[in-house]
Amino acid sequence: MALEKITQVTGRGVFIPGDDIDTDRIIPARFMKCVTFDGLGEFAFADARLHDKEAGRIHPLDDPRFAGATILLSGSNFGCGSSREHAPQSLYRFGHRAIIAESFAEIFFGNSTTLGVPCVKLSQQDIAGLAAIIESDPEAMITIDLTENKVTVADVDFSAEITIPGHAREALTTGRWDSIADLVDGLDEVKKRVTAIPYLAS
Amino acid sequence: MGKTLLDKVWEEHSVRTLPDGRTQLLIGTHLIHEVTSPQAFGMLRDLGLKVLYPNRTFATVDHIVPTDQRQEPFSDPLADAMVKELRKNCAETGVTFFDLPSGNQGIVHIVGPEQGITQPGTTIACGDSHTSTHGAFGAIAFGIGTSQVRDVLATQTMAIGKPKVRRINVDGKLAPGVYAKDVILHIIRHLGVNGGIGYAYEYGGSTFDNFTQEERMTVCNMAIEGGARVGYVNPDETTFEYLRGRPYAPKGADWDAAVARWKATASDADAVYDDIVNFKAEEILPTVTWGITPAQAVFIDEAIPDPKNLPEKDRATAIEAIEHMKVTSGTPVDGLKIDVAFLGSCTNGRLSDLQEVAKHLKLQKGRKVAPHVKAIVVPGSQGVAAIAEKMGIAEIFREAGFEWRGAGCSMCLGMNPDKLVGDQLCASSSNRNFKGRQGSPTGRTMLMSPLMVAAAALTGTVTDARKVFGIQ
Repeated sequence: MALEKITQVTGRGVFIPGDDIDTDRIIPARFMKCVTFDGLGEFAFADARLHDKEAGRIHPLDDPRFAGATILLSGSNFGCGSSREHAPQSLYRFGHRAIIAESFAEIFFGNSTTLGVPCVKLSQQDIAGLAAIIESDPEAMITIDLTENKVTVADVDFSAEITIPGHAREALTTGRWDSIADLVDGLDEVKKRVTAIPYLAS
Repeated sequence: MGKTLLDKVWEEHSVRTLPDGRTQLLIGTHLIHEVTSPQAFGMLRDLGLKVLYPNRTFATVDHIVPTDQRQEPFSDPLADAMVKELRKNCAETGVTFFDLPSGNQGIVHIVGPEQGITQPGTTIACGDSHTSTHGAFGAIAFGIGTSQVRDVLATQTMAIGKPKVRRINVDGKLAPGVYAKDVILHIIRHLGVNGGIGYAYEYGGSTFDNFTQEERMTVCNMAIEGGARVGYVNPDETTFEYLRGRPYAPKGADWDAAVARWKATASDADAVYDDIVNFKAEEILPTVTWGITPAQAVFIDEAIPDPKNLPEKDRATAIEAIEHMKVTSGTPVDGLKIDVAFLGSCTNGRLSDLQEVAKHLKLQKGRKVAPHVKAIVVPGSQGVAAIAEKMGIAEIFREAGFEWRGAGCSMCLGMNPDKLVGDQLCASSSNRNFKGRQGSPTGRTMLMSPLMVAAAALTGTVTDARKVFGIQ
C-alpha cells in the first residue's frame, strides 16, 4: 500500500485557543453513534460552536475569515481524554491536514499520525506569534516542513523550530504513516512469537 | 540492573522493530465494544484482511446500551444498529461476544477482569482510553484508536513506542472514608492532566499493597486522566486470589505454572525507573473536582480556587472552568447544590463500590435521596448486578430512593438515554468532568468517590461523606 510521503503541509491556519482541549470537546460522544466515520466533519467542535453562536460570538471554525483553513493551532495537551479516533477523523473531514500545538495527548497523537495528519509542537510563544499573524492576515500561507523541522509563513518574517517525535517524522516523510502494511509484513514473525508465549501458545 | 514489569512484558511481546523505529508489539488480549470497532471491521473488509486470532478478541456492548429499557429493538435506532453491527461482526469472525442475553454483558473494563480474561504479564488493548484499568493485574494495557483496533484484529499486533516508567509510591494507611478514588484524584491534582504523557505509571507502596484488586482497578482506570496511557500495579497474592476460579483463569497444573510466571513478571526490587514520585496516604482527604479537568480537584474542606493564585499555566483553564461550572472563587465546595447523582462507570461500578455504599446506607435506615435529586446506580456488569441483587444491595439502594439500572457506561459519557439536562450539576463516581461529557453541552460534573456521591444524593449537596455517615 503506497502512501503519500508527507514532508510538507502548506495551508491557511485557524487558531482555537485553550489548553487541555479534550476529544469530547472535539467530537461530543452523541455524534459517535455511527458505524462509519463518514459525515463526522460537520460535528467537529459541535458544542463549542453552538455555545459561541448562542452567546453571539463566532467560533473560529465558523469564522468566514478562516474558512478553508487546513492547519489547526491550539494550546497544550490537545486531544486529551477519550481514545476516540472519531476526533481526528472529524477534524480531517472538516479539512484539517496538520495540527500545531504546545503538546499533544498520546493517543490522539497516534490516531492523527495514522491518518497522515502531522501533529507538531511549537512553543507557547511561537504559537501566539503564529496566531497573531493569521489573525491579522487570515490568508497567510503557513508551511510546516517536516524535513527542515520548521514552520514558516509565506512573505512574513516568521520561522520557528517544530518538535515531532522521530518515529512520526520518519513514518510521515517515508509514506508509512498507516502502519498496517508494515504490521502485515511481520506476520510470520508474529506467528512465531505467539508460540513462544505460554498464555498464547496454549 | 533490575527490570520493571513493563520492561519484561515489552521484551516478551516485542515482535520486531518497525522501519519507523517503533515496536511491533504483540497484543495478547484484545477487547472490543460497539462504538470504536464497527469502522475497524469495515476497514478489514475493505483491505481484504481477516481476524488473525479470533480467540484472542473478546467483545461486549456497553457505551450505548440503555440502562432502563433492556429489550431490543432499542428506542434509539442508531444505538440499536450499533449493537446489531457488533453482533454480526462477532458472528462472522468468531469473536466471543458477551452479549446482552448472556448474563455476562457489562462495561468492557469490568467484564475482562470478572471473566478472568485480564491476567498478569499480558498485553491488552481496547478502543477505549480506560483500558489502563487492566493494569491493576500487572498487565500492560493500552487504549487505542479505531485504526489500531483494525491493526490488532488483522495482525494481533500494533505499532507503538516503549514508554518511560514513573513509579508512584503511596505509603501509609488511608483514613476511614478516604478511598482509592481520592488517591487517584489526588495524584492527578499534583502531577497534572498532562504530567503522564510519555510515561507508564507504576503504582506501588504500602497503600497499594493493602488495596483490594478492585481498588487497584479504580486507580489504574484513571491513569489516562493524568496523561499516562498505561498504569499498572505489580501482581501479588491479592491479584492471584482475585483471579482464582474465574471462567478464563488457568486451572489445575496450569494455574500453578501461571502463578509462577506471574510472580516473575513483577518489577525487580532493584528496577530502575525514569522518575519516582512519593505520596503519603495520611495526607489524602475526600477529594472532589470543581472544574472541567480531573486535575481541577480540591479536598472537601477547601474552596473553589482563585485563578490568580494558581500557577500561570493553569489560569486560563481555571477561568474557563469557573465560567462553565457557574461557581465563584472562594465558595466552599461543601454545600454546592446538586441535581443528579451518578453511581457507576468503569472507575467505580464494581461490586465493592456498591457494597461499601450500601453498608453505610443501611445504617442510615429510612434516609432517602433528597427530593430534588435524581440518583441512579448503574452496576458495571450484569454479573455485578446479579450478585448485588442476591446480596440485598440493590434493595438497599432502591429503598433509599436510588434508581437501580441495568449494566453499561450510562451517564459517564451520556451516549445512551442517561444524560444530564441543561446545566444540571452531577455528583459522579465516573472519571471525566469535561465540558459536555455527561450528555448535555452545559452539564456540570463533579467527580468523587462512590460514598461521596451517595452523601451528595442524600443531602442534595456536595458534602463530606464522613459527616453524613458518621465515619470517624
